[in-house]
Amino acid sequence: MREAAAPTVTVVRTSTANLASVLTGFERLGCRVRTTADPHKVTSADRLVLPGVGAFAAARRAIDAHDLADALCDRLERGRPTLGICLGMQLMASGSEEAPGVPGLGVLDCVAGNYESGDEGWRVPQMGWNLVAPDEGCEIVPRGYAYFANSYRLTTAPDGWRPVWCEYAGRFLAAVERGPVVGCQFHPELSGGYGRALLTRWLEA
Amino acid sequence: MLPVRIIPCLDVRDGRVVKGVKFRGLRDQGDPAELARAYEEQGADEVVVLDVTATTEARGTRLDTVAAVRARLSVPLTVGGGIGGIEDAAALLEAGADKVAVNTAALRRPELLSELAARFGSQCVVVSIDALGCGGAPGGDGGYEVVVRSGTERVARGAIAWAREAVERGAGEILLTSIDRDGTRSGYELTLLRAVRSVVRVPIVASGGADSPAHMADAVGAGADAVLAASIFHQGNWTVEGVKEALARLEVSVRPGYREAVSA
Repeated sequence: MREAAAPTVTVVRTSTANLASVLTGFERLGCRVRTTADPHKVTSADRLVLPGVGAFAAARRAIDAHDLADALCDRLERGRPTLGICLGMQLMASGSEEAPGVPGLGVLDCVAGNYESGDEGWRVPQMGWNLVAPDEGCEIVPRGYAYFANSYRLTTAPDGWRPVWCEYAGRFLAAVERGPVVGCQFHPELSGGYGRALLTRWLEA
Repeated sequence: MLPVRIIPCLDVRDGRVVKGVKFRGLRDQGDPAELARAYEEQGADEVVVLDVTATTEARGTRLDTVAAVRARLSVPLTVGGGIGGIEDAAALLEAGADKVAVNTAALRRPELLSELAARFGSQCVVVSIDALGCGGAPGGDGGYEVVVRSGTERVARGAIAWAREAVERGAGEILLTSIDRDGTRSGYELTLLRAVRSVVRVPIVASGGADSPAHMADAVGAGADAVLAASIFHQGNWTVEGVKEALARLEVSVRPGYREAVSA
């Protein structure tokens, strides 16, 4: 679609998790897409996506089984273009109440928490489209409706990151940005035109 | 509450979209991938593909149909029909489904829901419940029973109790179809919706009987988080966009601005 050479997007594949939505989402934008579980390719990728569905502990185990933690932390710290999606964003944090004692990658200094029980009217999981509102200075995540499917979320903005906020049984972090490193609690690849706009900006960042 | 999700349902047989009345009299309505894309452009919040004959004819859901829909669709895709076990579900997710809707197999072996949730996460696991009124006390388990095999077989199970158990076992969403209302265009079965809403915390997708945005507003009032419809969209009575405009006038929250990718 773009005039320039098609960008290559590398997607971390550590299990049999469903990647078709992520892969086809980038393919529709004209990208070449490949998957990897090789730490050297994680390090060298121009643009890396860390997807994630399922359980925090299982995802962390999969990262360790492929010896990817150092390569992921290194590129996140160095500001190499990286996009964490849903659980992939939570894995960037220091941990999750879903799996006490299991460490995240620790790049975001905060812990994923559960939605409060007893909040009448708030369904868990949060499943559907919600309005996300970027703080001033955000350059990649736009304002608009994005698709969420999550039972856990981050609520405090980590130092050094631009927060994107959303409301669901209280305020939570819909996304964070630091240059071309972005974590999204929602699924840009399932967010229609809004998601395409976000992914296009990330590809150009 | 989130904006109510409007979900066109593609009932698929042999790779083509069909829609019958009370699951009978199927007739051809079009190509699934083309229809899915058209509905996304109209503002659909999600698309459901159900292989309506998969269980009856004991064959797996068509993976190539799912892959073709996925290639065109950039909103969530739920797939159901003939999912016999965890490997069927894994294959559908690999082909491009974001959620799998399990029905008969979960009734036969409820542990399947826990296994799916452990492997893929509850947000991937939809329990599809086809409920039939059986003349008992409204809202109680005597009021609705579960039927399977596209509504042709009873299983002597109360629909409300099954909904509760399915969620306890790991289902993250309920696709709740009233067989009495399916294809009748007489409105969703609100008593059934209220009864299930009162026992679960997960989102509920109302299905069966939609003929108008007013019916959808009623379902939301009865506790639905999403409304599924087939005939009214396939036969051109309503576009998704038209439904959303009408719902907004009824003061039901819908996702706006799907035409403009980004607001300032």
